[in-house]
Amino acid sequence: MEFARKWVQILFGLLTNANWAFPFTRSIYQGPLKVICSPGLNCYSCPSSTTYCPVGSLQNILGGIKISLSNNQYFFGLSVIGALGVLGAMFGRMICGWACPFGLIQELLHKIPSRKFSISRSLNYGKYAMLLVVVILFPLIMVDEFGGSSPWFCKFICPAGTLEAGLPMLLLQPNLTSTIGALFYNKLAILLSVLLWSVAASRPFCRTLCPLGAFYGLMNRFRMVKLKLDETRCTNCKACHHVCPMGVKFNENPDDPECISCLACLHKACKFEAISIEIGGMPIAATPARPLGTNVPDSAKYPF
Amino acid sequence: MASERKKGRGQIRKAPFILLTVSTLLWIVGAASGEPSRVLEQAWQVCLSCIGIG
Repeated sequence: MEFARKWVQILFGLLTNANWAFPFTRSIYQGPLKVICSPGLNCYSCPSSTTYCPVGSLQNILGGIKISLSNNQYFFGLSVIGALGVLGAMFGRMICGWACPFGLIQELLHKIPSRKFSISRSLNYGKYAMLLVVVILFPLIMVDEFGGSSPWFCKFICPAGTLEAGLPMLLLQPNLTSTIGALFYNKLAILLSVLLWSVAASRPFCRTLCPLGAFYGLMNRFRMVKLKLDETRCTNCKACHHVCPMGVKFNENPDDPECISCLACLHKACKFEAISIEIGGMPIAATPARPLGTNVPDSAKYPF
Repeated sequence: MASERKKGRGQIRKAPFILLTVSTLLWIVGAASGEPSRVLEQAWQVCLSCIGIG
């Protein structure tokens, strides 16, 4: 399953970055596909990007509300929030695990042999602050004299933008190097920190900083496709705790907002068929429910 | 006990459908107000400040 997931991640990475002519055009894609919302974090100023980044678009629309209202245009970001809502209602953070190019990059970096560290659960709240304050409130409040605002997250933080767009654009258009300054070096430092952190810890950006992950995480409990725990089969062996790349204790909180449905707990850990996939409440590949109060026989218990 | 067994087999959850409907409505309202053209307008330009250049 892990092998299949990697291929799906690569496929989504290629689909959202399908403008492979960019080395010749030396610019970004400007076709009609850019009206499609990228499910994962993928900068739309990336030369190969063929979809729009929901985080970037939302900030730009929110930052321009005053200007658009003065032009009798009622742009509140509803189409972006709606598109994200549809994706979130269907898959929640499964998108992080299966369709986010920056998530894939972090996973690949984490495979580099090194000493590994855990991430404190308290740091997970950082991404909600990022979503609320930096992505939503700052563009609304911190406006200039013309009534416009900056895409604060993209401008000052987003390491995906630096990696996928900033650095490639500098290579494709060397004349841009004359415009780089403290802002760029600051973002480069954030990118390098995140990449190094990804070697030492699993998906640090997704867990602590990603506003898109925060949005999908809020919808994790209500999503259509999710993992289900059969409490009558769970032996509390905690095997699912050890394989989760997001630090989720699945049997203690099956609706954890951090769960990216990578299925590691289902395929690598649980030997008791206590975890299954459900769609809208209906189990798929379901196992018959064990009557309440029936214990799993000792012979079937996890061997440690 | 019967309800627990039914729960084990699976009951259709309403929440994802409600969320899906609300999100689709939001998207339709946004699309009707012409937002996608604004999104395209942004996405067709290299946002230098977005990527930390300029």
